[in-house]
Amino acid sequence: MTFSLSEHLPILPVLLPSLTAIVLLLIGDRGGDGLGGHGHRRLLWARRIALGSVTLGLIIAARLAVEASGGDIRAYRLGDWPAPYGIVLVIDRLGAMMLLLTSLVALPVLWYASGGWDSHGRHFHALFQFQLMGLAGAFVTGDIFNLFVFFEVLLIASYVLMVHGQGRERMRVGLHYVVLNLSASALFLIGVALLYAKTGTLNLADLSLRVPKVVGPDALVVQAAALILLVVFGFKAALLPMSMWLPATYAAATAPVAALFAVMTKVGVYAILRVHGVAFGSEAGASALTVQPVLLPMALATSLIGVFGALSAHTLQRLVAWLTIASVGTVMVGIGLFNPLAWGAALYYMANSTLVVAGLFLLAELVAAQRGDAADRLVPASPVAQPTLLGLMLLLAAASAAGLPPLPGFIGKLMLLEASSTHAWQGTVWTVVLVVGFFTLIGLARAGSILFWHVDASQPSGASGASPKLVGATLWLLGASVLMSVLAAPVQRYTAQAARQLIDREAYARAVLGAQGLGTETTRPYRFDGPATKEPRR
Amino acid sequence: MLSMEFLVATGIGWVVAVGIYLMLRGRTYTVVLGLSLIGYAVNVFIFSMGRLWGGAPPILGSGAVVADPLPQALVLTAIVIGFATTGFVIELALRSRHENDSDQVDGRPDREAAP
Repeated sequence: MTFSLSEHLPILPVLLPSLTAIVLLLIGDRGGDGLGGHGHRRLLWARRIALGSVTLGLIIAARLAVEASGGDIRAYRLGDWPAPYGIVLVIDRLGAMMLLLTSLVALPVLWYASGGWDSHGRHFHALFQFQLMGLAGAFVTGDIFNLFVFFEVLLIASYVLMVHGQGRERMRVGLHYVVLNLSASALFLIGVALLYAKTGTLNLADLSLRVPKVVGPDALVVQAAALILLVVFGFKAALLPMSMWLPATYAAATAPVAALFAVMTKVGVYAILRVHGVAFGSEAGASALTVQPVLLPMALATSLIGVFGALSAHTLQRLVAWLTIASVGTVMVGIGLFNPLAWGAALYYMANSTLVVAGLFLLAELVAAQRGDAADRLVPASPVAQPTLLGLMLLLAAASAAGLPPLPGFIGKLMLLEASSTHAWQGTVWTVVLVVGFFTLIGLARAGSILFWHVDASQPSGASGASPKLVGATLWLLGASVLMSVLAAPVQRYTAQAARQLIDREAYARAVLGAQGLGTETTRPYRFDGPATKEPRR
Repeated sequence: MLSMEFLVATGIGWVVAVGIYLMLRGRTYTVVLGLSLIGYAVNVFIFSMGRLWGGAPPILGSGAVVADPLPQALVLTAIVIGFATTGFVIELALRSRHENDSDQVDGRPDREAAP
C-alpha cells in the first residue's frame, strides 16, 4: 500500500493543529515565570513550534484552495468507510476558502500574541491550536453531527482563551459566555436529533437528498429542526435576538483572542449557508427555504443594531465588537437573499470584513497601550506616541469597514447591492446596507478624532511606541484586506464559483456518496404497525 | 392507557422545564445544575429519536427486531462532551466566585441579607 501525502491533504488542516497542540502540552507551560527564567526558554520554543505549525497550515490551506478552485469536490473517507455510513470530510471551494481565511487570520494573530500576551496565562499556544483544529474541522466536515463535535472542540478551547489573562471582568463575562454556549449546544443536539429522526441520516450530502422526500406532517418536524438549528448557528454568528452576548465577550477578551474570535462568528455564517442555504435550499421539497422569511429581516436588524451599538460604545474595543455584529449582519443579508450571486458577494465581503475586524481588534489594543490610564476609553487623554502610524491604520480600517472605494468593503457591498436588484426587498436592503456603511464611518471617525485629535496636551505622553512585531501583525491583517482589493477579480471569481458550486447539490452528493451511493435508501423504515413495535408488558 | 412515548416525552419536557427554571436563577451553582439537567434531557431525547423499542438489541442479525444503534452512539458522544463541559463550567464558576467575591452570575456582591 502506498502512502501519498496529497491524498491525505484534506485531513491535515485538522490533524496538524491537534498534533501541534499535543506537542505543546508535552513541552508544558509553567506560566507566570516571567522573562529570563527557565520557563522563558520553553515559551520561546512553544512560540516557534506554534508559528511553524500555523505557517504550515497556511501553506496546506492555500494548496487546498488552489486545488478546489478547479471545481473538484474532494471527499475524504475516514477509515475508507463508504459515505453516508462512515465519517467523511469534504473540501469544496467554500470549505477551502474558509480554511485559508482562518489561516490568514491565525498567523498574524499568533505573531501578535507572541509579543507578550501568551505569557499572561498558561497553555495559550496549545489552546490556540485546539481552537484552530475545531475551526478547521467545522469547515471540512461533511456530517452534521461531526459539525457539532468540532463546534464543541472550538468552543471548549475558546472558553479558556476567553478568560486568558484572567481578571474580574473576564471571569464574569466568561461565565456568561460559557453558559450561553452550553445552552446553544443543547439546542444543537435537539435539532440534530430531530433531523435524524425524520431523515435517518446525518451526512450533509445525504441530508440534502433526503429532506425533499420528507412530506406531510413529518415535514413540519424537519422544518422545526431547521429553525432550531437556525437559532444555534445564529447564536454563533450573533444574529440579532442572539447577538447581545458578543460585545461584552469580545470587549473583555484579550486583543489577540478577540481577533481570533472574529473568525468564530463566521463558523455560524458558514453553517447557516451549508445547512439552511443548501440542505434546506430552494430544492428541498416541502421544506424548501424554511428559514427564508426570517433570515433576511433578522440580518437587516442585526446590521442596524450593530452599527447603533458602535455609535454608543464607550471604548474602542467595544466599538469594534459592535462592528463585528454589523459586518456579520451585512454578510447574512447576502445569504438571506438566497441567490448564488448574492452568496458570492457575501462570501467576498465576509473574507474582507473578517480580516478588517481582526485587524481592528489588534489596533484597538495598540492604541490603548499608548494612552496611559485612559486605555481605549473614548475620552480625551494624553496623545499617543505614534499618532501618524496608528491614525493612518485606523483610517485604512475605517474606510474598508465602511465600504469606501477602492477598498474591498466597497466592492463587496456593491456586489451585494447589485445582487439584490431583483429581490422584493431591494429597497430595504439598499437602505440598510448604505445606512450601515454611513454610520460605521461616523462611528469610527468619532473614535478616531477623539483618540488622535481631541488630546489633552497637558498630560504627558509617557508611553513608548509599539514594538515592530505588534505593528507588523496588525499591518498584515489590514494589508491582506487591501490585497483583496488589488486581487479583487480572481478573489471575486473564486467566491462566485464557490456560491455556484453550493447550489449544485447533485455534484456535491455525487462526490461524497459516489455513483452507487446516490440510489441507496439510507432511511430506516420506521413502521409502527408491525408486532415489532409493541411494548413488552410488564 | 398511558403509552411509553407519552411518558418519555412528558418526562423530557418536565426535566427541561426544571432545567430552564434553575438556569435562570441568580447563582452559578443553580445555573450549573440547570445546565446538567438540560443536558440529561437532551441525551434522553436523542436516544428516543431512534424510536422506543422493547426488547430489541442494537445488533444486526441478533433477532427479528433490531433497535437503531446510531442514536445510542450519538448519546455516548454527547455524554462525554457534556461531562467535560460541566466539569469546566464548575471550575469556571469557582474561579469567578473567587475573583468577584460573589456567587452571583452577574458578579454583583452577595446581599448581606441572604441567608
